[in-house]
Amino acid sequence: MNVLAVLPALENQLFQLPTGDTISQILSMLFYVVFIVFLFYGQRIQMYVMIREVEGSLYKLKYMRDEGRKTAIETIKEIGKPQTDPSARVDRYLEYFTISPQSMDPAGIVWKLDHILDVRDTRLKDEVKLMAPATDEVQVNNLENTLEAAMALNYIFKVVRHFYIQGKKTLSLYIIMQLQMILPLVMKEAEAYASALKAFAYGQPIGDGAGALVAAKLMHGYETKKVPKDCVIATVPVEGRTAFVIKAEGPGGNVGKPGDVVKALIEKNKGKITSVIMIDAGLKLEGEAVGEVAEGIGAAIGGPGVDQFKIEESLVKYHIPINAVIVKEDIGDAVSPMRKEISDAVDKAIERVKSVILERTKEGDKVIIVGVGNTIGIGQ
Amino acid sequence: MSENTAGTAKISTFVLLIVPMVLALSLVALELAVNAFILGEEIVAGYFLFLGFIAMTRSGYVLLQSRRRVMSMKITAPQVMTTIECRKCGDKSVREFQRGDYVFKELEPCKKCPDDKMLITAIYKEVKDKEKERASPF
Repeated sequence: MNVLAVLPALENQLFQLPTGDTISQILSMLFYVVFIVFLFYGQRIQMYVMIREVEGSLYKLKYMRDEGRKTAIETIKEIGKPQTDPSARVDRYLEYFTISPQSMDPAGIVWKLDHILDVRDTRLKDEVKLMAPATDEVQVNNLENTLEAAMALNYIFKVVRHFYIQGKKTLSLYIIMQLQMILPLVMKEAEAYASALKAFAYGQPIGDGAGALVAAKLMHGYETKKVPKDCVIATVPVEGRTAFVIKAEGPGGNVGKPGDVVKALIEKNKGKITSVIMIDAGLKLEGEAVGEVAEGIGAAIGGPGVDQFKIEESLVKYHIPINAVIVKEDIGDAVSPMRKEISDAVDKAIERVKSVILERTKEGDKVIIVGVGNTIGIGQ
Repeated sequence: MSENTAGTAKISTFVLLIVPMVLALSLVALELAVNAFILGEEIVAGYFLFLGFIAMTRSGYVLLQSRRRVMSMKITAPQVMTTIECRKCGDKSVREFQRGDYVFKELEPCKKCPDDKMLITAIYKEVKDKEKERASPF
């Protein structure tokens, strides 16, 4: 049967042309119905729209979580040459948690936190070695970083899913609304971790390594010495001064514990250090350019705060001034492969460090320069 | 090194079912509008034209959005470049990043001065113009 021949007849039966008046009446009825529905169910409709929006982001987070897991497993199989399938171990790793120390009596909490972080680090490294037996120290560090990024994606997904389900169960506009409002920031962070996965897996330098790259450029060509924990130090003449340049040991993904090195160095020199200069990647505000170099005062170091505490304690003991130079970037740039603007900004940061040394110290003085950050893909 | 990870996300079956139906109905509405116009019912023709046009643009928009969502589900590894330099003669070349590269890694000897080894001096990604932030008047 010819469908095209039937269509006009069907059309005449189904859609007999109504008059203009009938349509006006239908439309005004429709308007009243919509008005009444929105009057009573407006908030609920708004909530369903928000739930749909959160659901969309949750799908994306799930996809990123799965990709993170897949990348980690593939990288372990590729470079670790495990005898058995590492999937189960990776799944266990992704669920690891760390309990922060009790802070009811805050005295001494830094050392407790320091200990817990050390135990965590050792435990996670051991796990990676078990998963990937054919890896060297550099690859273990890179794999650990890859797994940490996958772990962060897994955690973000689970937290967002928790509030989404809770909001749906309770039909609470306020739970859903809070989630929907912070979602753009959460997604930005998740996307940053997702783009970090490949960088960590391949061992590419990341934006956070700007400080480490400054230190690496300063110490390159000079003799370096390994110091605990996971750091290297070189004695470098800079503008007639003696600079002790410190960075985490590269090129594996590693931030080291520069706090311990600075403390030991100050004690070794009996406090006779004229200035400490710290270089790190700093979070930029929207509107600021990536790779902008800024100078200030204070210990430029992120993380849980243990290293910052140790450095500040040593500085206060001997009244040593501290200067900071930061290379500005956003969270996405900090954990994804280093942008050209940041790589180029390293030379500007070195110039700034030298001008601080010239202005704040005299010839023959001793200074400590600390390049802070993840040194993945950066040697020395 | 630049690669796309194929997305597991698909356009939802619900969208795939509803959109063609709405599209077909919008075409019917447009045809009815033409018929009504021929019969001299201009107001009715206007209503059908309006309905048909709205339904058609809306279904087109939903299809486009679903496609965009699938596209945004891909994690794209950016192209990362490695700069290699000879410190003695200043000979410089840029190539794509290879696994195992790191800043200050010594490579094969320089072609011009065989005594010196080439050195990796920078590893970075270039951000395309469209990815860069739109210039703000502030």
